[in-house]
Amino acid sequence: MTDIAQDLPGTVAKRRTPSRYQSDEFKARLKARYNAERRFQVYGALAIATAAAMLVILLFSICSKGYLAFWQTEIKLEITFDPAVLDPSGERDPNGLRRANYQGLINSALYEAFPEVSGRRDRRNLRALISSGGRFQLADMVVANPDLIGTTQEVWFLASDDIDQFAKGTLPCGVTHEERMAGIPCTVPEDSRPINDRNIGWYDQLYANGQVDFAFNSVLFTKGNSREPELAGMWGAIVGSFYTLVITLALAVPIGVAAAVYLEEFAPKNAWTDLIEININNLAAVPSIVFGLLGLAVFLNFFGLPRSAPLVGGIVLALMTLPTVIIATRAALKAVPPSIREAALGVGASPYQVILHHVLPLAAPGILTGTIIGMAQALGETAPLLMVGMVAFIVDIPQGITDAATVMPVQIYMWSDLPERAFVERTSAAIMVLLGFLILMNGLAVYLRKKFERRW
Amino acid sequence: MTASTMNVDPSAIAMSNADAVGTGRVKIHSKDVKVFYGAKQALKGIYLDIFEHSVTALIGPSGCGKSTYLRCLNRMNDTIDICRVEGLIELDGEDIYGRTIDTVQLRARVGMVFQKPNPFPKSIYDNIAYGPRIHGIGARRDEMDVIVEKSLQRAGLWDEVRDRLKEPGTGLSGGQQQRLCIARAIAVSPEVILMDEPCSALDPIATAHIEELIDELRENYTIVIVTHNMQQAARVSQRTAFFHLGDMVEVNDTEEIFTNPKDERTQGYITGRYG
Amino acid sequence: MNPSYLLWVILILTIIGYFLGQNRAARVADGRLHRLHSVPSYHGIYVLLWAALPAFLLLALWVAMESWLALELAIAQLPDRFTNVDARALSLLQADVLNIAAGINTGRETAPEVKEAAEAYNNLRSMGDTAIFFVGLLMGLAGLRFALNRISLELRARNQVESVLNVLLILCSLVAILTTVGIVLSLLFEAMRFFTWVPPAEFLFGLQWSPQIALRADQVGSSGAFGAVPLFTGTLLITAIAMVVAVPIGLMSAIYMSEYAPVAVRSAAKPVLEVLAGVPTVVYGFFAALTMAPFVRETFGANGLGLDVASESALAAGIVMGIMIIPFVSSLSDDVINAVPQSLRDGAYGLGATKSETIRQVILPAALPGIVGAVMLAISRAIGETMIVTMAAGLAANLTANPFEAVTTVTVQIATLLVGDQEFDSPKTLSAFGLGLVLFIVTLALNMIALRVVQKYREKYD
Repeated sequence: MTDIAQDLPGTVAKRRTPSRYQSDEFKARLKARYNAERRFQVYGALAIATAAAMLVILLFSICSKGYLAFWQTEIKLEITFDPAVLDPSGERDPNGLRRANYQGLINSALYEAFPEVSGRRDRRNLRALISSGGRFQLADMVVANPDLIGTTQEVWFLASDDIDQFAKGTLPCGVTHEERMAGIPCTVPEDSRPINDRNIGWYDQLYANGQVDFAFNSVLFTKGNSREPELAGMWGAIVGSFYTLVITLALAVPIGVAAAVYLEEFAPKNAWTDLIEININNLAAVPSIVFGLLGLAVFLNFFGLPRSAPLVGGIVLALMTLPTVIIATRAALKAVPPSIREAALGVGASPYQVILHHVLPLAAPGILTGTIIGMAQALGETAPLLMVGMVAFIVDIPQGITDAATVMPVQIYMWSDLPERAFVERTSAAIMVLLGFLILMNGLAVYLRKKFERRW
Repeated sequence: MTASTMNVDPSAIAMSNADAVGTGRVKIHSKDVKVFYGAKQALKGIYLDIFEHSVTALIGPSGCGKSTYLRCLNRMNDTIDICRVEGLIELDGEDIYGRTIDTVQLRARVGMVFQKPNPFPKSIYDNIAYGPRIHGIGARRDEMDVIVEKSLQRAGLWDEVRDRLKEPGTGLSGGQQQRLCIARAIAVSPEVILMDEPCSALDPIATAHIEELIDELRENYTIVIVTHNMQQAARVSQRTAFFHLGDMVEVNDTEEIFTNPKDERTQGYITGRYG
Repeated sequence: MNPSYLLWVILILTIIGYFLGQNRAARVADGRLHRLHSVPSYHGIYVLLWAALPAFLLLALWVAMESWLALELAIAQLPDRFTNVDARALSLLQADVLNIAAGINTGRETAPEVKEAAEAYNNLRSMGDTAIFFVGLLMGLAGLRFALNRISLELRARNQVESVLNVLLILCSLVAILTTVGIVLSLLFEAMRFFTWVPPAEFLFGLQWSPQIALRADQVGSSGAFGAVPLFTGTLLITAIAMVVAVPIGLMSAIYMSEYAPVAVRSAAKPVLEVLAGVPTVVYGFFAALTMAPFVRETFGANGLGLDVASESALAAGIVMGIMIIPFVSSLSDDVINAVPQSLRDGAYGLGATKSETIRQVILPAALPGIVGAVMLAISRAIGETMIVTMAAGLAANLTANPFEAVTTVTVQIATLLVGDQEFDSPKTLSAFGLGLVLFIVTLALNMIALRVVQKYREKYD
């Protein structure tokens, strides 16, 4: 009667022979069970590996395209600053200088460099080597230094986006640069690539003359948006993101901390505060685009605040971030042990003095960490900002919180929609910059958490 | 696990084996068992024999290592990452920390009942059937029915639950839950049942029930019970071991230990001077 | 005069008020500060609040009312033949006045009276701004003086300051409620307007979605154009694909991380999941459109398995959305699994169960309610996700369950309908709010149920 299973009909009860768990049958079964165990473990490891692989593929696919955008092909031309073209009157009037025909200077420099090119179509193609921003570059130079007039200078121009892409190898023609120099023609048919054999020939010639160089793409970090990829920068979006985040921070943090302090420290426990609590938890899970609808209907249509402005974007993001700040602050306040409060109350401090002098300073690192994480979320948010018009095409750098502006994620969204190959590169680069900011912010949060981690 | 034979305390061996009055076969033999939690040493070299078909009670003040020792016997300590066990523990002469021993197999042979009743969130039937099922016993429905019924009968729970086997085990009262857990352990047909303060969460009536049950189970199983309740140890056990600060101070027939303790620490504990 | 000047004046007044109050209190106490009911700094804040709050409230009221008030007054000056018209013409008139006042060319011939009204509007505003500046200044000074005079040994400055603070705190905690109320009201209001064009039943059960048709004036709200069922099915299809990716991977990751992974793997894999969670959705959208969609087309399309794959297939968007949700599912499941008490694991191990048997047969069934709650939260998040689908799923409102076809979702339609020019009197624009209302209600219901389920589950093991 030792073994319940041995009471079964048909089994012979035996005493203290090796137990059933030492039988070969059990061992075989055990082996199968351990195989199942290993399989299960492998599934788990595979799941993690898949997630990690996806992250790697994501980052790789972006960085492998984006890193090219940090460099820009430049072409050197001999520009003759002809006084007859630039300043026929000789007055050096800045307004006149700015309006002069600089494109003409570039064109003549190109025709001079390639005297054999003739015919309207070929010349048009030739002019397309240089970015259309070249004339503004020359204008700036001359206005800044009118003494250039009458001289001949070597000037580096941005190449047009097609040439730039070709130089970087993202618009391949099938053979390497060296092979082309050795006279081997492209293998990709001419009509299936955006630049034809003549363009390639001119480029190769410029390259051979040392008139092609790669320089850091400062445009990307100093200029606003543009339809021309080589002239498009994300500085406007960075500034827009900055203004928007300032508004978000200025609203979400004071309101969020105050609300959390009230709910955690002062609020009576009743149906009303329960409602607020449930409400905050639900608000945290409302889709972000709904906040955009709120912003559109209430702040733009009802209150008449300006469209596309960081002010409205910031308010909308503040409302969206508020639950994050409140929840993080409450957690930080909860972590301060009651003994601190009792000690302060015990020496005669008022409840507000307890909070302001003792609890909040102790909870500050936690609040700060939560705030940074909330701000990082806000920085990466796109959808609600589309609703309040921050998706506009804006060339100028915004000067204030009511100027029309866009933000980095929206800029990425807009660029990703553009057909030019060069914009794919720039979109990826913009993503790298955005991710850089996010890593910085999250890193700061992790650092603060580590540094101020306190065990009571 | 290699036993360190360097620091063998001969008196401890003498105590553990020579004093054995209740002569039975030694089911579990432990020699110089040391347990570390990280850097902290919880057991300082335990020598103890446990006899077949008897109830051995482990008593001592809290934190003395009696539960730690118990959890060594079916290697439940393996689930704690920072825990390290040294020394020799043999089950029927086989080192349970040896290479050939598998924890799953070991735990099937050495069952355990825990301090707090921990029925699975399944039906009463499935709670009992779970163990046999994973070990491939009672594959046929009628076989399993027999196992479930016998286990519940032996745990003294059958009459109370026979009509609601499909109801969740978590719906039972505390005492019933603990008997369900004992039935669950019995269903696997272990050779040894370890009980870690099985009555500490129960009221006196439920406790009496369980104690009765333990006495009945002795006939078929080897039982090791940890308790902080000395009356309980006196009531249910044949042998009692007194643990103190990670040492096994004294082991003897229960009657002997409660009437005539050899060590003054045992005496102090039993008479209630500390503990 | 720009109202923001008043803000600066108020700021200066508060600083002055604070120090004056503090000094006055110290002087009243005559060097024996303990005679004061409250310490001087509270008297400072007391004066500060009196100087700032009334003026600030006035300013806030004015800023909120200014344009409306000025517009009403300006329109009221117009002859009756302008104002005695129907609501739509009146709102057109208001828009004209505002546009002319802002110096925007309306491109229409405008009556001189309307120009005058616009001028009056501008004058009223600038006059009002100036008036408010001086009134605000006076109120600030009066408040300052009043508060200073009240300072005495007995003044319970601390209690009064703290009760004001209390009101402020309550107001701040009400912002969350107000936000919800704002969302509900704005969605309801605009959706109601939409439902005057398109009956709700047609919107909810219609099988044809093509809002562009309504652009033609004679065909406004033409039948069948606003049937949202294809959007709902599209949303469900993509959400389902996302869940097929996210739930197994997220759940298995959580299990592996909490039960199996060696410390080294855990410390490497945790940041991976955190980074995945922190990547902005627009980046996932770009990845979906540029990498995943071509990959899906290559793998399943003509060059691969030979299936008919749309370039903006639901599959690509769904997979990427699933990747985005993996960390969400994993961290929620991790919480849920860790809430299963150790005693249950011990019980299973004590019977000789292997680790995977314990997990599959004891822990997961025990954690099931929590996991269901987590999956519901994940579904709610997938339904509300906008950027991935906007960039990768396209606009074709196909009623299909084929993951290789292009579908569109509720959020995509909201985003496209409201980006760019909006006319708030056409069903095309307003339908976005109808969709928004449905989206809000569905996600809210999912969240509330899920939170309740998870809470119940936690209580069981606490």
